Amino acid sequence: MRTTVGIDIGSTYTKAVVAAENGEILGRALLPTGFQLAEAGERAAREALAVAGIAASDVAFTVATGFGRHQAHWADLKVTDLTAAARGASALFPRTRTILDVGGQTMKASRIDDRVHVKSFRLNDKCAAGTGAFLEKTARYMGYATEEIGPLVVTSKTPTTISGVCAVFAESEVINHLSQGVSPADIMHGAIVSLVGRSIQLLKRVQMEPEFTLIGGILRFETMVRVIREQLATDVNVPAGDLVQFVPAFGAAMLGHRRLRVRDTAAPVSAAEGMR
Amino acid sequence: MIYGGGVDVGSTQTKAVIVDESREIVGRSLIATGANVTRAAETAFRNACESIGLTRDAVGYVVGTGYGRYKVTFGNTQVTEISCHGRGAVQMFPATRTVVDMGGQDTKAIRVSPVGEILDFCMNDKCAAGTGRFLGAASAALSIPLDQLGPTALTGERPVKISTTCTVFAESEILSWLGKGSRIEDILLGVHQSIATRSVGLLRRVGIEEQVTFTGGVARNVAMIATLEAKLGLRVNVSEDAHFMGALGAALFALDHIRAGRAPAKAKAGAA
Repeated sequence: MRTTVGIDIGSTYTKAVVAAENGEILGRALLPTGFQLAEAGERAAREALAVAGIAASDVAFTVATGFGRHQAHWADLKVTDLTAAARGASALFPRTRTILDVGGQTMKASRIDDRVHVKSFRLNDKCAAGTGAFLEKTARYMGYATEEIGPLVVTSKTPTTISGVCAVFAESEVINHLSQGVSPADIMHGAIVSLVGRSIQLLKRVQMEPEFTLIGGILRFETMVRVIREQLATDVNVPAGDLVQFVPAFGAAMLGHRRLRVRDTAAPVSAAEGMR
Repeated sequence: MIYGGGVDVGSTQTKAVIVDESREIVGRSLIATGANVTRAAETAFRNACESIGLTRDAVGYVVGTGYGRYKVTFGNTQVTEISCHGRGAVQMFPATRTVVDMGGQDTKAIRVSPVGEILDFCMNDKCAAGTGRFLGAASAALSIPLDQLGPTALTGERPVKISTTCTVFAESEILSWLGKGSRIEDILLGVHQSIATRSVGLLRRVGIEEQVTFTGGVARNVAMIATLEAKLGLRVNVSEDAHFMGALGAALFALDHIRAGRAPAKAKAGAA
């Protein structure tokens, strides 16, 4: 059985997936990226391989993606996050045409065709108000950690209006709401509605079409998925559980298998050429 | 003796100023705004009065300004901070034609006429980049008190280039420069240059005409003055009372009201 490794060195977390050719995920690992990008990538791959019980020497192909991919000098191939996410999303949900990826420091919308080619994309990595950092900051202003956002927000019924113009200015807005007796859950809910508003704008700009697949760490929050579903007025695909964070890494690993298959079919040709 | 009062309720600090007939600042007070804006305004005004042994009733007219101006419940009128900063800057430096005001949550570029009327202005109030909050983020990320940022930055020799715009992302960028072994002085100098560049961009939109006067709380930061002057290629006027400029402008408007006989009914009744 041939295995490949996909490593996604993101701005906040580094993810690694060990995948079999049939798309089975044999092992995965996630750790904070920190400042040593290459090291983070290597460590994540090592951990994922340990989980899979596979020796590094048995890996047939390694593909790196994410903002730190250029530091992954040992990788056999480096691809953009969009390409990797497209591969991962359509491996999981073959009818995917639009992908929304909401991470800690970026938000990306892309539209792909039936051959998994990226036709259009828009991203925001300039302003924290349009990324997961907005939710993290809002939570922190109220004394909640990132992991507490999910459990907190499900208790809210009506979101408070949060302008969502700037993640820094949100602090005074949050303080005002709290002093007026608004519950932290409703404030958090409002922050999610505001972030979803930004996502929809980005999706409109890539001329979204169904099916939608949502990925990225922020989609672990059920409320986020529910609000997106409501605003789009259509169903959306969401990879189960933590897998939502591993889609580009998984896509990268699947691209590794694809490369290997191309190499398999090309090999006899080049051998024949060599004999001439 | 007649006195005019100005209260400038900013996002971070609340300033109050009392001026006498000669338009000089005779009393002043500065406190943190905090969550209770109305109380901050009252406390700052009371402190300013007490600093010169005046009772509140001795101040004939009070003008509120700043983002919390409508919370100055005891004020007689409100005037926008743009007008007040323009007025205050021209009072302090009569040759002022351009004002750059850097506060806790916004940066303003204002062009004024020789008599202090507002000709044009431009504001950065939707995004914390290029405002005092950017320095606040640097202070938090590097664990250096706000008042030490300027002096520390001035000792920097090889400023780093801060490439992120967003204040939230700049925090992580600052940490990554630290991780790469950059000196704190060089990082801070880079942070100041980044803010200066954004402010000059704002100033260009209203047109830069000499003299330029730098006001607001951030004008107390020596490195901000130095980097702004370097980017502008001009000297800027900075008053010792730079952070009171909005409150000064408000107090001057209050004085106008008193002189024009528009003192509030209550004061008139008291006089009669």
